[in-house]
Amino acid sequence: MYSFDFERPTTVADAVAALSKEEAQALGGGQTLIPTLKQRLASPSVLVSLSAIEEIKGVCNDGGVLNIGGGTCHADVAAAAASDFPALAKLAGNIGDPAVRSRGTIGGSLANNDPSACYPSAALGTGATIVTNTREIAADDYFQGMFTTALEEGEIITAVKMPIPEKAAYIKFEQPASRFSLVGVFVTKGADGVRVAVTGASEDGVFRWTEAEVALNGNFDASALDGLSVSGDGMISDLHGSGDYRAHLVAVLTKRAVTEANG
Amino acid sequence: MAEVTMKVNGKTVTKSVKGNTLMVEFLREELRLTGTHVGCDTSQCGACTIHVNGKQVKACTMFAGEADGAEVSTIEGQAAPDGTLNAIQQAFQDHHGLQCGFCTPGMVMAAASLLKDNPKPTEAEVRHHLEGNICRCTGYHNIVKAIMAASGQDVSGIAAE
Repeated sequence: MYSFDFERPTTVADAVAALSKEEAQALGGGQTLIPTLKQRLASPSVLVSLSAIEEIKGVCNDGGVLNIGGGTCHADVAAAAASDFPALAKLAGNIGDPAVRSRGTIGGSLANNDPSACYPSAALGTGATIVTNTREIAADDYFQGMFTTALEEGEIITAVKMPIPEKAAYIKFEQPASRFSLVGVFVTKGADGVRVAVTGASEDGVFRWTEAEVALNGNFDASALDGLSVSGDGMISDLHGSGDYRAHLVAVLTKRAVTEANG
Repeated sequence: MAEVTMKVNGKTVTKSVKGNTLMVEFLREELRLTGTHVGCDTSQCGACTIHVNGKQVKACTMFAGEADGAEVSTIEGQAAPDGTLNAIQQAFQDHHGLQCGFCTPGMVMAAASLLKDNPKPTEAEVRHHLEGNICRCTGYHNIVKAIMAASGQDVSGIAAE
């Protein structure tokens, strides 16, 4: 690791001030960033840990909208969402392993926007609002491609507001070594209709499968997806699976998610 | 350099560390608590598992500065002061839950974390909880058996000795 100064502010305001320094980098739970630093793929001059900022931790249900602090770790989301939003609890409770879930945060995951991370599918699949220190961003505008988001330099995710859908399910086909999603599909049925968000598959990161949404809006049953498929073009192709294989999984997992959402 | 203060196995320590000092380096090199092992150094093997404020973490993937003010438990704090093993450690010995022993500190700390939240886990829950801890000797069966035994459950039907 290159050397850097380490700061650990206790308020969002102090963190924003610290991040205004040249070559400053925010540190969420560090479960991606620390391995990246070890590989010398990042060389910040100042690392600003967000882990001591209590005001961005915790989960509450505000009249049907789950308000999750950006600094809330996966284990705490899994515990807090268990009764109100079990599909989200299942997603959070199966990220990485128990130690990763103790440190990794929802804000860190969404800020990084790994194309195979689980949380982006929940944010896009629920039509969540990403709240930062300066503004609110709709999930549909937030994700802008692999490792790319609408966040500006030094902007911090303080909360994520997720409307709790009437029905929801997340099905992940796990890459067994990393436990990232080879493909993951988050399906919801709510007041504004059906949303199908797919992670792990596309080279552009998380995306909505709108064709499936149209079909499921007509009939929220796995059979409504018969005959629908996505193209393997533009899908991630690596040693774990070809683009065509991932495309195939998208259709299979979407059906499974709809079946699970229907209980 | 910055000063960090934390309570490690009940004892308060204060040290001056560089910003990029990992928690596992702090434990092993500053405090000479070498029971916390570095296996992969890439957050996959779990040999460096410790507890920070009661939560299971990988000490290779956390900075010492992030534990400032925290309560930390390591494998060295698990046995009684007279050396009597705790229930989990004793069960690992009784059920041959280790061979070379390199992964064992992490396995014991992971097991302690599981049993704190879930005192009577099923075999499937034990295996799910151990997903971040890799063992290359045992094939896991006797580790799972030891943890089930430590929880006070009958293990006669689980795997083979």
